[in-house]
Amino acid sequence: MDEQFWTYFWVVLTFGTYIGIAIWARAGSTDDFYVAGHDVHPTVNGMATAADWMSAASFLSMAGLIAFMGYGGSVYLMGWTGGYVLLALLLAPFLREFGKFTVPDFVGDRYYSTTARLIAVVCALFVSFTYIAGQMKGVGVAFSGFLGVEFNTGIMVGMAIVFVYAVLGGMKGVTYTQVAQYVVLIFAYTVPAIFISLIVTGNPIPQLGFISNVKGEDISMLGKLNTVVTDLGFLEYTQTDKSMLDVIAITGALMFGTAGLPHVIIRFFTVSSAGAARVSAGWALVFIALLYTTAPAVASLARLNFIDTVNEATYITSDADYDTEAAAIVAEGGKPIPKWFKDWEKIGLLEVTDKNGDGVVQYRAGADNEVTKLDRDIIVTANPSIAGLPAWVIGLVVAGGLAAALSTAAGLLMVISSSVSHDLCRRTFFKGMTDKQELLTARGAAAGAVVLAGIMGMNTSALGFVAQVVAFAFGLAAASLFPVIVLGIFWKRMNREGAIASMLTGLITTFWYIYHFKFVDTDASHWWLGVSPEGIGFVFMFLSLTVGVVVALVTAPPPQDIQDLVEDIRVPGTRTPHGIADAEMLPD
Amino acid sequence: MTHNIKEIDAKGYWRDVVKLTLSLLAIWFIVSYGAGILFRSVLDQVSIGGAPLGFWFAQNGSIYVFVGLIFYYCRAMNRLEKKYGVEA
Repeated sequence: MDEQFWTYFWVVLTFGTYIGIAIWARAGSTDDFYVAGHDVHPTVNGMATAADWMSAASFLSMAGLIAFMGYGGSVYLMGWTGGYVLLALLLAPFLREFGKFTVPDFVGDRYYSTTARLIAVVCALFVSFTYIAGQMKGVGVAFSGFLGVEFNTGIMVGMAIVFVYAVLGGMKGVTYTQVAQYVVLIFAYTVPAIFISLIVTGNPIPQLGFISNVKGEDISMLGKLNTVVTDLGFLEYTQTDKSMLDVIAITGALMFGTAGLPHVIIRFFTVSSAGAARVSAGWALVFIALLYTTAPAVASLARLNFIDTVNEATYITSDADYDTEAAAIVAEGGKPIPKWFKDWEKIGLLEVTDKNGDGVVQYRAGADNEVTKLDRDIIVTANPSIAGLPAWVIGLVVAGGLAAALSTAAGLLMVISSSVSHDLCRRTFFKGMTDKQELLTARGAAAGAVVLAGIMGMNTSALGFVAQVVAFAFGLAAASLFPVIVLGIFWKRMNREGAIASMLTGLITTFWYIYHFKFVDTDASHWWLGVSPEGIGFVFMFLSLTVGVVVALVTAPPPQDIQDLVEDIRVPGTRTPHGIADAEMLPD
Repeated sequence: MTHNIKEIDAKGYWRDVVKLTLSLLAIWFIVSYGAGILFRSVLDQVSIGGAPLGFWFAQNGSIYVFVGLIFYYCRAMNRLEKKYGVEA
């Protein structure tokens, strides 16, 4: 099969490239392994950060979510980009100036406390494992859905690839493979987007097609989409049924969560200076914005195109006679069901039930809807075939989805491995470790984490709650990590007691709320003030901040060494070692 | 790293940095939470091309401003660093 050939072609070609890069960029020291030797160019790091950040969910699912949520999907767009402004202005340059390897390094040294370090390790590990299981599942889905490979075999192939470049190359290998993965994924995303924009609006730039008129008609694309969806009984596209408070809370949780995610933060340790970290955050957002401003265009254009081609189309049962039957339907002035619809039905992303027995597909809101299964991922995966693009482009989308999943998985693995080898072993339990022993432990931890993540990916598919637990990752990062890092930089008076109280408050309240309303009481009307579990991290972030400040004010101020350290990280180029903060490990 | 911390007016520098940061965060807030959420229904009465303005800010416009904000911040910080003789 032609598409099958091209899919294999791209997957083998890209995987080969990743392995080639891994062999070229081997890590020789802990510096290489954790922070790629601190000498990655800001633009290169920006591109790597973009790939690190954009996961299988961004690539495969986000446009589909927006397509069916309309305005409600804006929470992802603003949330997952606005966080970079916070990162650039409040965190990245100062953490780079601090000059160590991990997020728990900062928390532990700034708050002169092993307890604080360990709580940060727990947060980092929890967030990263939640996230990585989803990536592994994405890899399995891509393989089983498109290459006809067994789901678990697919995960194992993905594991083997990540194993090679993460274990061998550490952060250095991961950085340069992420650059290659970014190129693959952005190409695979924008090419079909350009074509769908051309088909619907006649404008080749999706961001402009988004605000243009429908081709050959005197009505704007979004205006037409609003009319079409309301006629079918759906909510107007530019509206939402979420409460404004909930939209604010979810956007906030995603923004502050993004800024607090360890695998994003550590990317900025790989550049040479605080100034480079700032510029690098800007480039990261440029590369992310390329996809994130295209996604809402794809969402609306594809939804309109989907309704146009599928609704009121005459169904064709036989595969062999598809072409002759379709021609006959057209000759009678009807509209045949498109060929791609039947292909995706076989893969299981679509399903029709002819409820009224008229042989024609009716797609609408409510009980007489005949498209009984409509997987939202179809908006991205089927886009090239909907747009009638050649088989080589269709194959490329699979490679793009895999690139998105693998690059994110690798970034997370770096956090997991450094948490174990550096924060737990070197800095907490085996302080006498040599650099060589630590590097070996880091490789071992990365290897163990790959295997564990793969096993989690295989098993969570049975549990089916990956999407649910992602809320944990953002909520916890926002409520437990973000406040202590920002206070640690901007408020000299913040001390050990305040930090521990703040992190525990954020961790416990957010965990409890999400667990309670996702697994125990799933009735949405019981949510506090109507704030969903996805958005609660934003609310508890303020609680965590307040608790931290109050506790710090009633306890002793931090030692002079620490206050001097804070002054140093605020002013680039002035960082010098300070007693208890740097007693165990000098800054670089 | 030849700088001695005493030579630099670190307090003045930091005050300016915080001022800059707060004003940029105000813009960050206005384009996302303001234009995209709180005042969306008002802005939606105006269109940009074929899109309601508030909706457009929520899905596209705010992202463009975010990118601009970070690069403006980089330039402004470079100026501040020059002014105070800080080496980045």
